[in-house]
Amino acid sequence: MAAYGLGATNRRLTGHGSAPGFRFTLYAIVSIVVMVLDQRGGWLNQARFLLQAAAYPLQLAVSSPSAAWTWIKESTQTREALRAENARLRLRESELALRALNYESLARENAQLRGLSHALPPIADRWLIGEIVNVELTTLRQRLLLNRGTTNGVFEGQAVLDGWGLLGQTIHTGPWSTEVILVTDPEHAVPVQIERTGMRTIAVGAGNEGTLALPYLPANADVKVGDLLITSGLGGVFPAGYPVARVAEVHRDAIQPLAQVRAVPLARIDRDREVALVWFKDERAKNPDIQPQPTPAQPNAAATSASAPPASAAAPNVPAKATPAPGGTTPAAAAPVKAKAAPPPKTPPKAAPEDEAEDAVK
Amino acid sequence: MNARMHEPRGRLFFTILLALFLSVVPLPAWGDDVRPAFLVLTVLYWSIAAPRAGGIAVGWISGLALDIFQGSVLGQHALALSLVTYIAVREHQKIRSKPVFQQSLIVMGELFIYQFVVFAIDGWTGHTLYGPLHWLQILTSAAIWPIAAALLGRSHAPR
Repeated sequence: MAAYGLGATNRRLTGHGSAPGFRFTLYAIVSIVVMVLDQRGGWLNQARFLLQAAAYPLQLAVSSPSAAWTWIKESTQTREALRAENARLRLRESELALRALNYESLARENAQLRGLSHALPPIADRWLIGEIVNVELTTLRQRLLLNRGTTNGVFEGQAVLDGWGLLGQTIHTGPWSTEVILVTDPEHAVPVQIERTGMRTIAVGAGNEGTLALPYLPANADVKVGDLLITSGLGGVFPAGYPVARVAEVHRDAIQPLAQVRAVPLARIDRDREVALVWFKDERAKNPDIQPQPTPAQPNAAATSASAPPASAAAPNVPAKATPAPGGTTPAAAAPVKAKAAPPPKTPPKAAPEDEAEDAVK
Repeated sequence: MNARMHEPRGRLFFTILLALFLSVVPLPAWGDDVRPAFLVLTVLYWSIAAPRAGGIAVGWISGLALDIFQGSVLGQHALALSLVTYIAVREHQKIRSKPVFQQSLIVMGELFIYQFVVFAIDGWTGHTLYGPLHWLQILTSAAIWPIAAALLGRSHAPR
């Protein structure tokens, strides 16, 4: 078995019968085939899925030192510190509850004012809190690994938020784990809108600095430091209206046709330990013909929940205005679901009834 | 490095797993550019010290594992590592007989090839490319080679 290349200086050295040159060629061909298939997508996705499942234990092991550190830090916290934190959280919770009440009525009012019910931005339908297992924040790759996978219903291209803003989207899913590409990853771009002016552009991750760049704004664009960037809803992955980043630096060069703008993401990328995977009521919002059916089911489900006063106040108004249009019942359907989905997002048990409601709808 | 040792498959597996662990354990941002390529070093060591137990298959599988962990194109690191392993296995007798310092230089060359293949595939598949600082990895890996080789040698010497 001497298929050696030029050298032929080698003596027998392999125990497996074939020469290393031959075996290398074989492996090289396999690698290239695998790469091509992986680039194309397709059946290799399933292989990746299985491999990701196999890799998950080791990934957990990799993250164990930092997990152990946070555990030690937490368990040695003093009683006073915990109390202080508890008080602070309680205060914040009541503040958020108040704000949520306000938000409900605003959303409903907005829906009425717009009149176009099915043009409403899709609404967060279901939440799943995932814990961050592993963080990779380098120049090239800004990724997270979450402890949720397809067994929890996670899919590829799903939006990931934290309490402050948009975090990223899922790219590779395994049965128990999901890789999330952050908005700051240089391979990630998110369609955004400047909230103050409504101007649409694209925010690209800048990698290591933990910032976003807005590379496509002309030099005369109306953008100022402090402007809020929200998702524009173009592109289909992220629904419109979710906060993404705040402009931190605007640089205008007389020679350059484009402004150099940097924005800092609102999501606390380096401090988060838990994030929310979000399902949006996207499909139903897009197709107004399907909409009327869920209407009877949803208010019933919502009526049993805590959001009784605002729902009953708005319910007579909305159908009266909107029933003539085929898609007119959207606000009625959408509002209760939000009323239900918005307050309990932090508690996983609530997700289960939500699930059933959705199943019933379908 | 004893040429006629019993094939140390168990240790090979364990050390490669450890190296994989060290290659993907999260480091602060600056650490990633200077982190030695532990996995490549380990695979190289085994292909030189025990080319029958190690060899191209081990290189390929470790590379594939790295691809899964880093989420890169499947086969990218596998190809680069199997190429480097092939060279090492082919020339293992020559490399083995060199003093450690020269081995370091050879390892540096191997890592250059490795990085180049990874870099080229990143370019072809349209991924973002490593910055110039990333080539520092070659230097740190070469610098750590004598230590790594000694440690790995110790891991199977007592037999």
